[in-house]
Amino acid sequence: MSTLDTIPKTKKEALVEILLRLADDRIVHGHRLSEWAGHGPELEEDLALANVALDMIGHASSLYSYAAELEGKEDEDHYAYFRDDIEFKNIAMLELPRGDFAFTIARQFLFSAFSYFLYEKLIETTDDEQFKGMLSKHLKEIKYHLRHSREWVLRLGDGTEESHKRMQEAFNEIWMYTGELFDLDDADQVAIEHKVYVDVSTFHDQWKNLVHETIEEGTLTVPDSEQYMFSGARKGRHTEHLGRLLAEMQFLRRSYPDATWK
Amino acid sequence: MDTQQQLDQFQERIDNGEKIEPKDWMPERYRKQLIRIMSQHAHSEIVGMLPEGNWITRAPSLKRKMVLLAKVQDEAGHGLYLYSATETLGIERRELVEGYIYGNAKYSSIFNYPTLTYADICVIGWLVDGAAIVNQTMLAKSSYGPYARANLRICKEESFHKKQGYEMLAKMMEGTEAQQKMAQDAVNRWWWPTLMMFGPNDSDSPNSAELIKWGVKSKTNDELRQHFVDRMVMEAEAINVELPDPDLTYNEETGHWEFGEIPWDEFWSVVKGDGPMNRERIKARQKAYESGEWVREAAMEYARKKKLRKEKAS
Repeated sequence: MSTLDTIPKTKKEALVEILLRLADDRIVHGHRLSEWAGHGPELEEDLALANVALDMIGHASSLYSYAAELEGKEDEDHYAYFRDDIEFKNIAMLELPRGDFAFTIARQFLFSAFSYFLYEKLIETTDDEQFKGMLSKHLKEIKYHLRHSREWVLRLGDGTEESHKRMQEAFNEIWMYTGELFDLDDADQVAIEHKVYVDVSTFHDQWKNLVHETIEEGTLTVPDSEQYMFSGARKGRHTEHLGRLLAEMQFLRRSYPDATWK
Repeated sequence: MDTQQQLDQFQERIDNGEKIEPKDWMPERYRKQLIRIMSQHAHSEIVGMLPEGNWITRAPSLKRKMVLLAKVQDEAGHGLYLYSATETLGIERRELVEGYIYGNAKYSSIFNYPTLTYADICVIGWLVDGAAIVNQTMLAKSSYGPYARANLRICKEESFHKKQGYEMLAKMMEGTEAQQKMAQDAVNRWWWPTLMMFGPNDSDSPNSAELIKWGVKSKTNDELRQHFVDRMVMEAEAINVELPDPDLTYNEETGHWEFGEIPWDEFWSVVKGDGPMNRERIKARQKAYESGEWVREAAMEYARKKKLRKEKAS
């Protein structure tokens, strides 16, 4: 049990918890993708990765805003800039260093595929109109992220010998972090009861099928899912990478707490 | 060889304000000059992503982070369509890119200065994009059709960049003492390099007359610079930021602001490769280019295999 682990009681508390989990995933993923700006393998990819990064940060920002509204906090920046790493609820996969282009693509693909099924189900399930509206808008962009990364898995997997090797290594390396995508904890259960989250196990097979089909179509091998799986990041038990990511992201804002930057 | 008759007819078209399109006849020298100017412009957009990209992960609010990321993304887009426009002159992107990362092709020297604080991002938006707009507004009327159209599109986005930079700088000047200090320091550092963006004085600019004759440009470096200074003096005053030039004085007769001597030694030194960030910028671009080689090769190989499979199937 984490020292920061509190189980939400009301619907509002449950929704805030879910909003923050979703938003933290996206701000951290967006941060890593944004590191590519100006360093991509070709100009078209500089554009595409910046585009996905921008969507991710945009999604995080609107999810945080809603949480701020519910909790009576000043604004979305409160969550992004004034919480420490053990308070962040993102899964560990997203905080790992950006790696090479194959690693970035592997991560984007696995996470976009997960987000795609999650958002579809959540839009069907939730009775919170504001939340639903937000998710519907974001889903359109997630479809593009999924298509973009899926196409690259195929290109790299079935490209040259080197790209095949790198793509395979990327999946091998990231695989132990995929378990967390489908972890369900007490907070999720409360949120599911209040219809602000869904039981992620209900679309596990769909995710698995899409991921396996894509990896195999890319002439690659699906890594062993029976291996050790990392878990605990949703409750603040992160890798060592998040601390540095946040130190960079938050330093300016925290150095001048009285200044306005909007 | 270009004949005199061809040259005369070409000049007549230019003088009539006609646009030259890729398939039209053009003097070899016109083609060469355009390739040089347009690819320099493209390289500048791409190298320009580096100093600004330096602050994306550290931007002080989510809104500012998104604005900056969108701006850097726009620059990649500008680079892309400028390279495409240059390719209409019969040269490939690869050759152009390798020309600056391994060769002597130039990009705007302004990007050889470091972005030290977040205020630099605001000042780049205000001054550097402001100067770029003055230049590009003129180039949007350029005689070469694809270049004119690319600039028209770029200008629209640059205006937004300039506006957001200026607004944020204004906010910093109204903000805490630390913010004001940061903002003023950034203006002090960027002012002179920005004035250098318009190129050497007309007396030292051998290409200008020819480019004007061919309608690629319509104003000289000094004319553009003066136009820029006149505007910036007003805009600086409006947000209480000082321009670091004790010689700035208004000339009632000409209606222009006169300014001090630009540090030309520094300009030529940076152009020749000796600026604070020249080597790092090139190294960063080389690294991106070289470590992306396997990705570009994979994409080509995949496309080839796919085509082959399609042919077999049919």
